[in-house]
Amino acid sequence: MMDNKMIVEGSLQKVDGGFAFLGRLPYYRGLGLSMIEDIMVSVDGVAIPRENIRFSVRGKTYTLDQMETVYDDRWNFGEKALIIALKDDGLSPGEHKIEFAVRNRVSYLPFVPTTKDSKNLALAA
Amino acid sequence: MAGTIKRGVSLYSYQNETFQGKMSLEDCIRISAELGAKGIEIIGEQSFWGWPECGVAQDDVDNWHRLIEKYGCTPVSHDFMLDYKRYKGREMPFDEQVASVRKDIDFGARLGMKYIRALVSIAPEVLVAAAPYAEEKGIKILIEVHAPLHFDHPWIIRHAEAFEKFGSDALGFLPDMGMFVFAFPTVWKEKFMRMGVPKTIADYVEKAYEDRVLSEYVILNVQQMGGTGPSIAMAETLRHNAAFEPKRMLDYMHRIHNIHGKFYHMNEDYVEPSIPYDEIVKVLQQGGYQGYICSEYEGNRWIEDAEEPDSVEQVRRQQVMLARLLGEETVPTLATPVAA
Repeated sequence: MMDNKMIVEGSLQKVDGGFAFLGRLPYYRGLGLSMIEDIMVSVDGVAIPRENIRFSVRGKTYTLDQMETVYDDRWNFGEKALIIALKDDGLSPGEHKIEFAVRNRVSYLPFVPTTKDSKNLALAA
Repeated sequence: MAGTIKRGVSLYSYQNETFQGKMSLEDCIRISAELGAKGIEIIGEQSFWGWPECGVAQDDVDNWHRLIEKYGCTPVSHDFMLDYKRYKGREMPFDEQVASVRKDIDFGARLGMKYIRALVSIAPEVLVAAAPYAEEKGIKILIEVHAPLHFDHPWIIRHAEAFEKFGSDALGFLPDMGMFVFAFPTVWKEKFMRMGVPKTIADYVEKAYEDRVLSEYVILNVQQMGGTGPSIAMAETLRHNAAFEPKRMLDYMHRIHNIHGKFYHMNEDYVEPSIPYDEIVKVLQQGGYQGYICSEYEGNRWIEDAEEPDSVEQVRRQQVMLARLLGEETVPTLATPVAA
């Protein structure tokens, strides 16, 4: 659900040491950060290593490993988080294919869902 | 006892719009009130950012009460989740689960709710342990009986036995009408066909559902028809959905206090072709039910890949259907634009 709304249109931007975009949790509610098992990002078909991904909401930034033990912060329903990908050589201006997947640990589900979205986003020069 | 069932909406129904910021909490409550659906149910953490890990500011709770009063509504239920898998690799300890339910009882009470909804995955012992506190706060904890579970399933019977043994009126059931899917929903079939299921297989699964063929046979037959991937997934929906019997609610009426009016698609003739609401309303009236039926639109996730869901129109159609079935004389009608 909400798969096609995960990546926020027009949100690709340059940041120090890489690029970032806005992402939403594909779910009808929010989740405590400890239950976000993985966030996967690739650009133009090349995966960003897990240790180079950062998650940022309301001014707080976390590595994915840190998130696993964060019990006092959330990714709220519909909340636009800044998904940061550290990439030494940066990203060239123009259009890029961004792929974004999230794996959640949901207490009541008899499986561990992974939901993904893919969009072409333009990076301003 | 006809005429005593009340109409409500779970704001879950508007999730496609609220997720995208196209409808505010006020829009959701105003639209529901205009349709005469004055009972408001929420998933606490969907309608209130921060709940449960970060808490909710008193200003937000005050705003909720202001809106409920402004539109003449009644708070019905706070649906809580209890994330007992919060810690990676280990389940939340029993005492912490009970403490967590107590927090949701407090939150429900702050919002003026009569009920809090528990998911069916929660153990009966946890709810029993939280029941005395619920009684103290004037809240009933209702376990949501939801497909693939149903009133004859041993897990639900275990809950019922635990509730009776403990004897508290603070424990009960909230049946989800999605356990009475008596025809394969068209929006499901169409989505599976968009995912690549051949028409012959889609038609077969739909017909097999109508014929009440055992899910495992249907899955095998689809495999033998050459079905893979999405075809198998379509057949596997029969493991989780079935046409259970609405009359089975009658044995539990003394503990049924809220109803999820689940639906996947309301057509232009105000009919949900996959769920027998005429029969359901008759059974509830026969059982003397006097609570709310809260609309719970869940067609959104089945069509969003092809079109933008119109949740308000879907809820409007279901409310027109419910008003008719309940013998109301006024047809529910929207008076103002969706987003004010």
